[in-house]
Amino acid sequence: MHEPIMNETRAANGGNGHDAIFTRDLNLWYGDFQALFDVNLAIKDGMITSLIGPSGCGKTTFLRSINRINERLGYVRTEGSILVFDTDIYGGEVELAQVRKQIGMVFQRPNPLPISISDNVLFGFQLHGEGRTRMHKSEKEEIVEAALKQVLLWDTVKDRLDSKATELSLEEQQKLCIARLLPVKPTILLMDEPCSALDPKGTEAVEELIWELRGDYTIVIVTHNMAQARRASEECIFMLMGKVVEHTATEDMFVTPAKKETADYIEGRYG
Amino acid sequence: MADTTRTVAEPIPTAAPAAFDRRDADWYLDKAVQVLVFIGGISAIIFIIGIFVFVTREGFGFLLEGFSFGEFFGSPRWKPTSEYNTTYGILALVAGTASVTGLAMIVAIPFSLGAAIYIAEFATGKTREILKVLVELLAAIPSVVWGFIGLTIMNPLIIELFDVPVGLNVLNAGVILGLMAAPIMTSIAEDALKAVPDRYREAAEAMGATRWQVIYRVVLPAAKNGLLGAVLLGVGRGFGETMAVLMASGHAVNLPDSIFDSVRALTATIAAELGETAVGSEHYQALFTIGIFLFIITFLINLTADLIVRGIRKG
Repeated sequence: MHEPIMNETRAANGGNGHDAIFTRDLNLWYGDFQALFDVNLAIKDGMITSLIGPSGCGKTTFLRSINRINERLGYVRTEGSILVFDTDIYGGEVELAQVRKQIGMVFQRPNPLPISISDNVLFGFQLHGEGRTRMHKSEKEEIVEAALKQVLLWDTVKDRLDSKATELSLEEQQKLCIARLLPVKPTILLMDEPCSALDPKGTEAVEELIWELRGDYTIVIVTHNMAQARRASEECIFMLMGKVVEHTATEDMFVTPAKKETADYIEGRYG
Repeated sequence: MADTTRTVAEPIPTAAPAAFDRRDADWYLDKAVQVLVFIGGISAIIFIIGIFVFVTREGFGFLLEGFSFGEFFGSPRWKPTSEYNTTYGILALVAGTASVTGLAMIVAIPFSLGAAIYIAEFATGKTREILKVLVELLAAIPSVVWGFIGLTIMNPLIIELFDVPVGLNVLNAGVILGLMAAPIMTSIAEDALKAVPDRYREAAEAMGATRWQVIYRVVLPAAKNGLLGAVLLGVGRGFGETMAVLMASGHAVNLPDSIFDSVRALTATIAAELGETAVGSEHYQALFTIGIFLFIITFLINLTADLIVRGIRKG
């Protein structure tokens, strides 16, 4: 219902330059504890934006509130608004399932479902009813192939699409977790430290993949790894104690940070 | 100054190396506990073998002499006290046990799975705790009480509702047994659902799955072995249950045509007749042969359930 609106807006805006995510006075509490303070951000469409900051600064909380997965915890209270392509996703008429379809999420620990590789790729697709009108087997295969090719996983798994996804290596699992978001054609991909469970080789491969996806999707990536933020993102947001300190182009932030806190963090004085 | 030299000159007496073989009270206590725990650990094996040997020995004479495989399993006539034509056919008894257990599972499976899904996936905080305690309390109701309910409440109710002459029948015993088996099945099924890692749920929800989709497409498939184990344990319970079935089934040797026929269960037959037979007689031994049969069946069911449940732990 809301999905065409979002897509049309996206088309009308012509991609890059416009804001994909726009927040206005976003405040968030876990019970009595306030985790986000007046977050006002504009994240640009089609870019990779990284969120950095010390542990507990609210970057993951912010990320998780963008597809409302935060609400799994019953004691979360959110105030303010998050506009995704000009639609307030906390608005009364918004369907949660549609929000999460548009805004895919990749978690810190790869979490493929304990089903086959191809079923994992098709899971979200079938969830949203696209698979309900009896699809041809060949159509399903095409979707699986396209998604896996896009995440550079096709060649390694094409001969074992029916084996369990949980048997893959962590790097492959994480790629699969990205692949399974793609068939429902999301506009935004949220990634919560997607490489922190991977070895250096896996990290490099997944980073490369994220860089490949840039432009087709708006990507917001939380990372602890400063080097990763520097090499794998175009814009960078520095958060501290639940507040946004600085939001600028990545190269500017690492070369000429505007705020003292940012400079201190980047130089490793704390965090 | 003088003090320090002294300490250096007189270290702790060097008797220690010689005491490496010293056994103090802790050493003996440790050994004693080890032995006790070992005995406790293997006692289950000893008992199960002991029971099997006992039951087999008592029924063995019949197995060697009067036993005919075809008659025992093929004949619906259980006439151990007939003057001129004694037959020991357990077909009707097997049919009785199977029909009651079958109906019990039809009653218990939706109840217990529903309860388990509610407790594991929906209920929170106090509601969940209270429900879990209540389910355990239900499981602890003695079977004779359930039999009593079958006899005094279900019996007139069935007669009135369905206009049948006898209310002690497959329906009565099946419902009673189903309610009896449901609590234990609920708690095992709930364990199986709880064992599904939360990140699977989170992954599905993040993709936009509704609560029902999460349960139906993620949690139930991931827990299916445990749930199957729960059902099998319920079946095992049904086969082994004696008192409630004896009281509610009507205890008539009969191949049931409908759920309103009275039947007799294998277990109930042993319970009702064993006290009235002469020890060592053919009838006595025939009852023990039923015992062997029941033992093997329940053993197989429980073993299968156990293997299935273990299967999920590994995978």
